Amino acid sequence: MKYDVKMKVNGDLVEEQVTSRMLLSDFIRDVLGLTGTHIGCEHGVCGSCTIKIDGVTNRACLIFAVQANGADISTIEGLSNEDGSMSILQELFSKHQALQCGFCTPGILLAAQEFIDGPGVTVDRETVREVISGNLCRCTGYETIVDAVVEAAALKIEGEL
Amino acid sequence: MIPNRKNSSWIGASLERREDRRLLKGRGRFADDVSLPRMGYVALLPSPYANARIKKIDLKAAQALSGVYLVVTGAQFVKTVGPMPTRSNAPVVQYCIAVDRVRHVGEPVAAVVAVNRYIAEDAVELIEVEYEEYDPVVDPMASIKATGNGVLHPDVGSNVVHKSEHSWGPLSQNLKKAAHIVTENFRWNRVAPQPIETCAAVADFNPAGEYFTIWSNMSQQSIIGGNLAISLGVQETQVNYHLCDVGGSFGGKAGLFHVPMIAAGLARLAKRPVKYVEDRMEHMANGNQNGSDRIYTASLSLDSDGRFTAVIFDVIDDFGAYFMINTGSHGNSLAQATGPYDIPALGYNLKCVLTNKVQQAPYRGFGGEVANFVLERLVDAAAKKMNWDPIDLRRRNFITKDNFPYRIPNGNIYDSGDYEKVLEKALMAADLPYWESKKKSAIQKGKRIGWGISTVNERSVLSMTEFWFLDKSPRFPQTSSPESVQIRIASNGRAVVTIYAPHWGNSPETMAVQLVAETLGMHPDHIEVNYGSTENGMISKGPVGSRYTVMLAGAIAGACKKLKDRIFTFAAHMLEVEKNELVIRDEVVSSAFSSGSSLTFAEISRFAHNFRLEFPAGEEYASGLIAQYTYDHPLTTSPNPDTNDLGIFYPIVGHACHIAIVEVDEITLQTKFLKYVAVHDAGTIVNPKAVAGQIRGGIAQGIGTALYERVYYDDQGQLLTVTLADYAIPTSLEIPDIVIDHVETPSPYTEYGIKGCGEGGRLAAMPAIAAAIDNAFKDKGLFIRELPVTPSFLYDNLHIDD
Repeated sequence: MKYDVKMKVNGDLVEEQVTSRMLLSDFIRDVLGLTGTHIGCEHGVCGSCTIKIDGVTNRACLIFAVQANGADISTIEGLSNEDGSMSILQELFSKHQALQCGFCTPGILLAAQEFIDGPGVTVDRETVREVISGNLCRCTGYETIVDAVVEAAALKIEGEL
Repeated sequence: MIPNRKNSSWIGASLERREDRRLLKGRGRFADDVSLPRMGYVALLPSPYANARIKKIDLKAAQALSGVYLVVTGAQFVKTVGPMPTRSNAPVVQYCIAVDRVRHVGEPVAAVVAVNRYIAEDAVELIEVEYEEYDPVVDPMASIKATGNGVLHPDVGSNVVHKSEHSWGPLSQNLKKAAHIVTENFRWNRVAPQPIETCAAVADFNPAGEYFTIWSNMSQQSIIGGNLAISLGVQETQVNYHLCDVGGSFGGKAGLFHVPMIAAGLARLAKRPVKYVEDRMEHMANGNQNGSDRIYTASLSLDSDGRFTAVIFDVIDDFGAYFMINTGSHGNSLAQATGPYDIPALGYNLKCVLTNKVQQAPYRGFGGEVANFVLERLVDAAAKKMNWDPIDLRRRNFITKDNFPYRIPNGNIYDSGDYEKVLEKALMAADLPYWESKKKSAIQKGKRIGWGISTVNERSVLSMTEFWFLDKSPRFPQTSSPESVQIRIASNGRAVVTIYAPHWGNSPETMAVQLVAETLGMHPDHIEVNYGSTENGMISKGPVGSRYTVMLAGAIAGACKKLKDRIFTFAAHMLEVEKNELVIRDEVVSSAFSSGSSLTFAEISRFAHNFRLEFPAGEEYASGLIAQYTYDHPLTTSPNPDTNDLGIFYPIVGHACHIAIVEVDEITLQTKFLKYVAVHDAGTIVNPKAVAGQIRGGIAQGIGTALYERVYYDDQGQLLTVTLADYAIPTSLEIPDIVIDHVETPSPYTEYGIKGCGEGGRLAAMPAIAAAIDNAFKDKGLFIRELPVTPSFLYDNLHIDD
């Protein structure tokens, strides 16, 4: 049995039919072809599939596509500026080499962007570590990710972002 | 050639990585991102038993399920896909889907191809298998004596697949003369790389020409293409293997394991493209990617002045159910078995055994990290026993900087180094007197502060002999480990560099850009990099054993030399001057002697591509500007067959000193870092930020190994760590900021004096952390012989030592 779902993904209206058990992560990747959302564990542990649903980050592997019916979703493909150039957070990740293999990076960027845009934004490194602690990275040792997010947070607080 | 830094424009610059932009935009291309028309999805049925005979498999219900294209057993699959390639010298046969017998939990028993992964998994549930269970062999010591069904591979006759004893230098004399001998037992537990991306492959088979096209992250392509073809029963020229972005390897994705073979074999049988992506549980239970699993008795002998005179390692290594890497990880342990110390004699006695667990593969360090841990622990044990300062004891035994190249007893050499300088920098940064002074006040708050040091070598630039030189009659004594590059100047004057090794999270494109910019005098923005697939590729060994940047630099130097000659040939004719007068600066060619006219790369290349008739006849003016070069290992020699000299096999040797300062809570026994200092000497540095990234990443994995991670099997061979929630890789809360500094002692043997640095963090971290925790409990006499040092492990050990 298939169900109609309708949602907004990175600003585009999407209408599809899905089975009740299709994971949102598979829907995004296999049905919509947005392969920037990565699947690392499907247990909700690694955070690679982190996306935003109605403004809040979620694990796409722990949600069924039908549950997202009517939702406003954004993925890594929606993070860049309107003209396709990289956002300041993306630029800072490049500047600090806050990625190596880049597989966990989309999830970390979404978690970090939510923090930068949120009310609790701060340049405190321990807070930033807490913010990204739900996303596993096996390459970097996290320090340069913290550097990038802290610099973005500073710009936000100074009103330059 | 060692660069004069004053003249270097691009070597030593922390350029932003060329790999990053696509990855930051979600536009990388990983294997699972590849999708083909009519593609089927694979799911595998895993064995629930560690050791069993497969009596009967009933596929009927699975085959009848709507949406299922194909269901096969191992016995059916093996008719078209032979056993997996192996470096094993003993006749250890491994099928990618088990035939007749399963040897570890998670080993595949049958495969399904269906319209999607959901249906494929439904079908797997419907497969009925009858097993005859055998007693599992889990303990490596018990495995040595096992008989009957406890022998995993009856053709081998025993679970001991390799046994050899070696000594180099005046071993027995030095032991006899020794003033002190410290002997300790160590247990090095199984850990695993666990990259965030599991293994994946998409395969297509075109019956016209019987041609396979494969996209996979198991990706040392030019090695893999040939091996894969043998198993598939076709010529290697009937397989095209594409490189994808790889979501972390750490050595684990270096080999050809089952994933691309299963995808390719099923694509041919199902007559449609097929995708197989491991889920995390499969990666853990059947990834064929566990690290070393060793039991050591090791001794260090000293004279009365505290000089080391000999070191002996007695090692039993539990390889799991198969033996694909042969004794490679022990060859690796031998590359720097005497560490940074002047030790004239070395013993190494090795037993490799099989048990009912998933098999080993390389993991960052490939055994070198284990030998470093054991040697550093022996040095600490000697310091403790003799009540010597562990830093002074190390310093007293360092190979001094005027003694390079230095030959270690087994025949390998160390090219260059300045260990004293690295140590001094690390001690300055760590400020141990400060932390000593904080110990007392910390105790009053229920915290124990401890510091530990490691001074280790960082062998780099792998050669192939380590995989087989311990065998009496090696099966495939391979000695080549080349790396290739193609560089062309397009008709617009821009350079296009083609490389043949994958991006694993290292920085191959960035390295190519910086090295070409430096060597050809170009701006990095004018250089593009792409990847060759096997059908239009050159030979490449790829990024293992911390070799890629060094090998790529050699290949680029060779190709640029050829390319410059081509550019000068055209330019000399166009400028009407002699070739040998010409110089390149900033992509402009001019005469060094006359201040007259000059030509840009773009102008020369436009002519070289389009105006053949403007140039004289003759081969040297053939159209285009393109050069290829294959670079072989800069310095290796053959081992002696009787193993009394292993030859030069890992001569590009860096050095590292790590100092960890930890705080352990007296109640919870949790360890946290107050400071962590890492000083490395990896020769000339191409991109300092990228090198620091490799060091930090290696340390993060080292912290995982030291404090958190372990692959647990119970006594029935059941795997207990099957998710990333059970197998605890560190998060951002466990890894501290690292103080990093460098010394640059160039290698005399490599282009620009570069040494490898991909594994250094993990080659050095564990002994420093173990020593720091010992130091925190100095009054209790703690001495760590096993990792990970979890709170419960510490609780047990402190009580034992009480």
